[in-house]
Amino acid sequence: MKKTWWKILCVVILFYTIIQGLGGIVPRQPILNETIRNVYFHVPLWFGMMTLMTASMWFAIKYLRNGNIQDDEYSVEFANVAIFFGILGFMTGSLWGQYTWGDWLPKDPKIIAVEVGLLIYSSYFILRSSFEDEQRKARLSAIYNIFAFATFIPLVWILPRLTDSLHPGNGGNPAFGKYDMDNSMRMVFYPAIIGWTLLGVWITSLRIRLRAIERLGSN
Amino acid sequence: MQLFYKTMQELKALIEKEIRLEWRQRYALNGMILYIVSTVFVCYISFALKIKGMEPITWNTLLWIILLFTAVNSITKSFTQERAGRQLYYYTLASPQGIILSKIIYNIVLLLTLSLIGLFIYIVFLGNPVQNLVMYLTAIILGAIGFSSTLTMVAGIASKAENTSTLMAVLSFPIILPMLSMLIRLSKNAMDGLEWNTSYDEILILLAIDAIVIAISYLLFPFLWRS
Repeated sequence: MKKTWWKILCVVILFYTIIQGLGGIVPRQPILNETIRNVYFHVPLWFGMMTLMTASMWFAIKYLRNGNIQDDEYSVEFANVAIFFGILGFMTGSLWGQYTWGDWLPKDPKIIAVEVGLLIYSSYFILRSSFEDEQRKARLSAIYNIFAFATFIPLVWILPRLTDSLHPGNGGNPAFGKYDMDNSMRMVFYPAIIGWTLLGVWITSLRIRLRAIERLGSN
Repeated sequence: MQLFYKTMQELKALIEKEIRLEWRQRYALNGMILYIVSTVFVCYISFALKIKGMEPITWNTLLWIILLFTAVNSITKSFTQERAGRQLYYYTLASPQGIILSKIIYNIVLLLTLSLIGLFIYIVFLGNPVQNLVMYLTAIILGAIGFSSTLTMVAGIASKAENTSTLMAVLSFPIILPMLSMLIRLSKNAMDGLEWNTSYDEILILLAIDAIVIAISYLLFPFLWRS
């Protein structure tokens, strides 16, 4: 029970999110209409991705400090799932964009930032695949991970706020929370962030265990 | 104070070594200059001869792309030109922080020289639509600092792998993009001759990014150097 409570929590929250997301009552806003339900899916996926990337960097730092190969595996798998979440968030966002802004991929600094983020993590995997030696691979990719994260943060958090953006909360647009979401939506939105993040951690932990089994099998 | 003085002395010696090394293999430096000249000439042939006058935005972006490629090409060799044995020798002599700072500073000087030569030739061939040249030069200086600090670290990572040059491009382009977009914006402001106070944001962000990158390189390089 000690180790499974958060998985149960995750399942419960996600069911709640999905049921509320598909059937709950939402305020009807101009242009947004029913698509505002996407706020339960698209936005938390980004939050989850950022959390997973931060975790990936955290384990990269940990690896550099003590050289434990297990930390490197954590770091890789967190990055892997972060990319997965990134792609999901990208798809939900694109779908949303089509119905509200009238374009699958409008020119927007946040979208560009995320595309760059996916590029960065793809090159992280390219870097990993170009080394044979395990320790060396782990050390260099950890260095790149930290370095890339540090340059990625200004891209995602600072640049969109300075330029014109279609996203709420940027470039003079009011943030979502202020006008569009009412309290009943917030009751779903905040748990949804926790739920999706927990799901990401869960997937990661499964992948890490799978890796550990594979490593044992190959020895 | 004593420590500071010692670090400075070490830095000075290391930078001197880099410059001497470069001067001895002058073909590499000349090669880079020729690289920039021929790239500009290619652009001249393909753009200016066909179409009379370029759009200012094309002019600007093209210059930055040329500078980016020059930077990547010239910095790639900063870790590969010395053999592993000699690097081991430096490892015993100097602190890793001294090595990375000296390489970054040296690369800033190198890039600045190359960019200024590049800008001059570019203006000669493709005309000069820049209205505020001082601000444009500020962009070039900030660009040289940013490029060299980012690329030096990436070159260090890439030099440990087999396919250095491919990896160099793949690793550095995505992380240099935020900087590049800011630089292009700042230099576009300079081209349009806008007031300085409209560009403070960009300059501040560029300085911040440069500071972050240099700080991170300073912290991370010891781990890289050890391997």
